Amino acid sequence: MTPEEETEFKRRQKSRNLVVGGILLFLAVLFYVITIARM
Amino acid sequence: MAPDPMTQTVPTQLPAEWRDFFALTKPRVMSLVIFTGLCGLLAAPGTINPILGFTAVLCIALGAGGAAALNQWWEADIDAGMKRTAARPLPAGRMNRTDARDFGVLIAAASVMIMGLALNWLAAAILAFSVFYYAVIYTVWLKPRTPQNIVIGGGAGAFPPLIGWVAVTGDITLMPVLLFLIIFMWTPPHFWALALFVKTDYANVGIPMMPVVRGETSTRRQIFAYAVLLVPVAAAPWFIGGTAYVYGVASLALSLAFLALSVPVAFRQTGTNDTMKPEKRLFAFSIIYLFALFAALVADRVMANQGWIA
Repeated sequence: MTPEEETEFKRRQKSRNLVVGGILLFLAVLFYVITIARM
Repeated sequence: MAPDPMTQTVPTQLPAEWRDFFALTKPRVMSLVIFTGLCGLLAAPGTINPILGFTAVLCIALGAGGAAALNQWWEADIDAGMKRTAARPLPAGRMNRTDARDFGVLIAAASVMIMGLALNWLAAAILAFSVFYYAVIYTVWLKPRTPQNIVIGGGAGAFPPLIGWVAVTGDITLMPVLLFLIIFMWTPPHFWALALFVKTDYANVGIPMMPVVRGETSTRRQIFAYAVLLVPVAAAPWFIGGTAYVYGVASLALSLAFLALSVPVAFRQTGTNDTMKPEKRLFAFSIIYLFALFAALVADRVMANQGWIA
């Protein structure tokens, strides 16, 4: 892997990790409020 | 001399961007799915907690997105041969096919599970069937085999208002079935109008679209036939007493306009250097038609609930 490819690889990995983290956080909040709404 | 394996560079497959996963869900198609699903939910009798309503629409959108990802996974080679779809993540080589398949299965399965646990299992079962219908019955089975693919495949896009309605009521009555039928009857003229001005693309990849297989004249007549059928079907919720006159008048006005725009499409032939204006106009109006019809349905329900109309 060339240095340019490695930089691009890390950039994509970081942005994907941030999006996945955001989705997981959203789902945690969603499941919490669903539980409250169904009580 | 053989290259030194320690220093030789090999092509690297970079991980796909998150935007490419998002693109797999066909966001533009999803906007119509979200809107009709939301309208089905808002037009249904009864009340629903806003959080559960939001969850139901989210599940409908995720299910549609999963089905779209599976569709693109299966059709990557076909998409590569068409100008309209060649820039999608898979044919453009920006994503691994297995990733697209796994992503589709994951979000479709998650949407069904969340719908079942948060709303009800009848809505979840219909959602699961709609994903199967689009990804397997339409994409794998019918689309490459019959020029009627759009007619039967249109059923897949007709599920969202039905699911939205059932998410609220927990049972199926005639009204949500009529909402399903409206989109079912609307899909062929909507899609064939598009197919008339992009038919070269479909012909190149061997997809038996109606204009390619049966010819232009037959397609144009069938567009007109569906536009005629759409008038009573769209007004049926009013005829059976499921809505008040606000929806009834709006549905008749919109369907008659749709019919009027289908007339020049039905009774003409493509000429040399044809700009296909009537077809493009009908296609553009068909999108406005569906948004406006479902908006009228919700407006009618809101006005009735407020006691402004009988």
